[in-house]
Amino acid sequence: MAIAQVEGKYNFEVVRWFTVAAVIYLVVGTLIGVYIASELAWPVLNLNIAEISFGRLRPLHTNTVIFAFGGCALMASAFYTVQRTCGVPLWSNRMAWFTFWGWNLIILSAVITLPLGFTQGKEYAELEWPIDLAIAVVWLSYSFNFFMTMMRRKTSHIYVSNWFFLGMMVMITYLHVVNSLAIPVSLFKSYSVFSGVQDAMIQWWWGHNAVGFYLTAGFLGIMYYFVPKQANRPIFSYRLSVVHFWTLMFGYVWLGAHHLQYTALPDWTGSLAAAVSLAMIIPSWGGAINGMMTLSGAWDKLRTDYVLRFLIISLAFYAMATFEGPVMSVKTVNALSHYTDWTIGHVHSGALGWVAMVAAGALYHMVERLWNTRMYSAKLVNMHFWMATIGTVIYITAMWVSGIMQGLMWRDYDAFGALTYTFAESVAAVHPYYVMRAIGGMVYWSGGAVMLYNVVMTIRTASARRGATLATANA
Amino acid sequence: MADKYYSTKLQDKVERSGLLMLLMLMVLLSIGGLVEIVPLFYLKGTMEYNKHPEILWQRKPGESMDDWKAGDGIRPYKPLELMGRMVYIREGCYLCHSQMIRPFRDEKERYGHYSLAAESMYDHPFQWGSKRTGPDLARVGGKYSNEWHRRHLHAPRSVVPESVMPNYPWLEKNTIDPNETVATMKAMRIVGVPYTDADIATAAAKVKGKTEQDAVIAFLQVLGTMVRFDDSIDYRE
Repeated sequence: MAIAQVEGKYNFEVVRWFTVAAVIYLVVGTLIGVYIASELAWPVLNLNIAEISFGRLRPLHTNTVIFAFGGCALMASAFYTVQRTCGVPLWSNRMAWFTFWGWNLIILSAVITLPLGFTQGKEYAELEWPIDLAIAVVWLSYSFNFFMTMMRRKTSHIYVSNWFFLGMMVMITYLHVVNSLAIPVSLFKSYSVFSGVQDAMIQWWWGHNAVGFYLTAGFLGIMYYFVPKQANRPIFSYRLSVVHFWTLMFGYVWLGAHHLQYTALPDWTGSLAAAVSLAMIIPSWGGAINGMMTLSGAWDKLRTDYVLRFLIISLAFYAMATFEGPVMSVKTVNALSHYTDWTIGHVHSGALGWVAMVAAGALYHMVERLWNTRMYSAKLVNMHFWMATIGTVIYITAMWVSGIMQGLMWRDYDAFGALTYTFAESVAAVHPYYVMRAIGGMVYWSGGAVMLYNVVMTIRTASARRGATLATANA
Repeated sequence: MADKYYSTKLQDKVERSGLLMLLMLMVLLSIGGLVEIVPLFYLKGTMEYNKHPEILWQRKPGESMDDWKAGDGIRPYKPLELMGRMVYIREGCYLCHSQMIRPFRDEKERYGHYSLAAESMYDHPFQWGSKRTGPDLARVGGKYSNEWHRRHLHAPRSVVPESVMPNYPWLEKNTIDPNETVATMKAMRIVGVPYTDADIATAAAKVKGKTEQDAVIAFLQVLGTMVRFDDSIDYRE
């Protein structure tokens, strides 16, 4: 279909803005990550300035990568794919623009308030109550618009990617509303209405499902559209996607308590979560296999199609991380891994390897379609691919080693039955790995910067060409 | 024969109806949370004080929080401690320090008796943490002198050379706001912390002129000191 026809049929301008925003936030969010990783390696970098000290920048890092980068990638891709798979424009283009500006305003307020120390003190849910209210409104505008678009579809069946997006939207609404219930003390300070053990359970119900739904179900939605499109082949198995979808939706919700093994949370809760966690290997791998096997018989495409490489390696990291997670939820392993850098490594194999890679693949794909062009430089796409892969591997290897080392040092006994190491000795021991982690992050960040440059140049070239064509047409 | 392109009749139906899919998801997605969270609010076994009431401070009428002594049992935070906790949360201390000791031999020797659920019953929000870039602080109270804490908060590496903690020089300059203290205690009372009118009425005077560093130290020094543990009792079965 000619570009003008597609343009007339769908609302793509808002998708373009979300796409570019996602790439920018990828660079910003990982840069903050590199900085705080460096602060842990060289604490002098805290510079005695409150606003950039580790404890205040770390929430900014997580919020920027999850909600700014992840959010914009999800909104770009959901708004793009729901139109394409349903054959209709957005239910409301104006509401989509409200979502865009609202979401970016929320991100801006996070960038201002978190370094100033306005926080509710719950991981990945730090933003204070007025911002929480705004998140609820904007998130519902996004979800409602998506749902109404889906309801007006021209196809009889709802395509699988939309199931995942819808599941994410429902669950994130539940989680955000319950976990953010707080009593305000002032305009920028509030305290959770829950306390102690109940608050811990609710927080990790949120914490794990922010990963399970926002960063997994949503990005599986991305995978189910962009892998088949980029490979130009139908998804491997419809039946597998049905089974994998419903088990994932039902099961993931139960996992949060595995973050609280051996704590004061009643034992039954953690054990239940660990049991379901182990079972979740099956649906998780169902998704990974379904994506990868879509390439069955067309593996040669990986040699030439760099965008496809991103999508496929992301599934490899996804399969790895969803194997590692259940293993870490087993109580005996958790006794060692909990509280250590292993957890940080695990999160990043998911975040850098799966989430950001599958998003990069989808973003490249969309840039080419949205601006009706090819990427400015395929070589730079390939370069980004290798930097991202190598950066991730350096990062997670460093954290595996330091995490397992911490766990072993803390529980080590000498011949006299006394603890062998002081805590401070374990801090000193992980220093080289903190340096290594910062380097891995730096490599990954550079890859993101290459992507940003490539995307900017692609858009500039495409816009210049379109301008020239228009000028010729008008002459 | 036409391909049977749906897996089951129900799946086929759900796939053709956005509303049905939405409803299915809304029900399905609520189950796990309901099963794991709701019982924690009413199951007696969750809170140890149901079986061991002596771990709670039994406050007599007319007693102030200053009459409490270490080991007398779990009580709400005093005004200065509460504001120290506010600073602790603001600075993101929970991102590197846990407050949750697990029932292992090494943790007992390194940090002390394993943590009880009741010990954080007045913690809105909980501060159990998820990472030990620094050591656990659940029972740090009384382990170091106030002077040690002052030097450590000002420049951690002056007392622990291996530390990677930031310096917190601004804490000794900022003062605690008495009005915010009162507002915080009132908010805490709304969510269930049993502050008396007298506690709140005297709060402003207790924090007047105190620095944020004083407050954080007061908070750290009370952590883990409330319960006097009986080694013959297993509080968590």
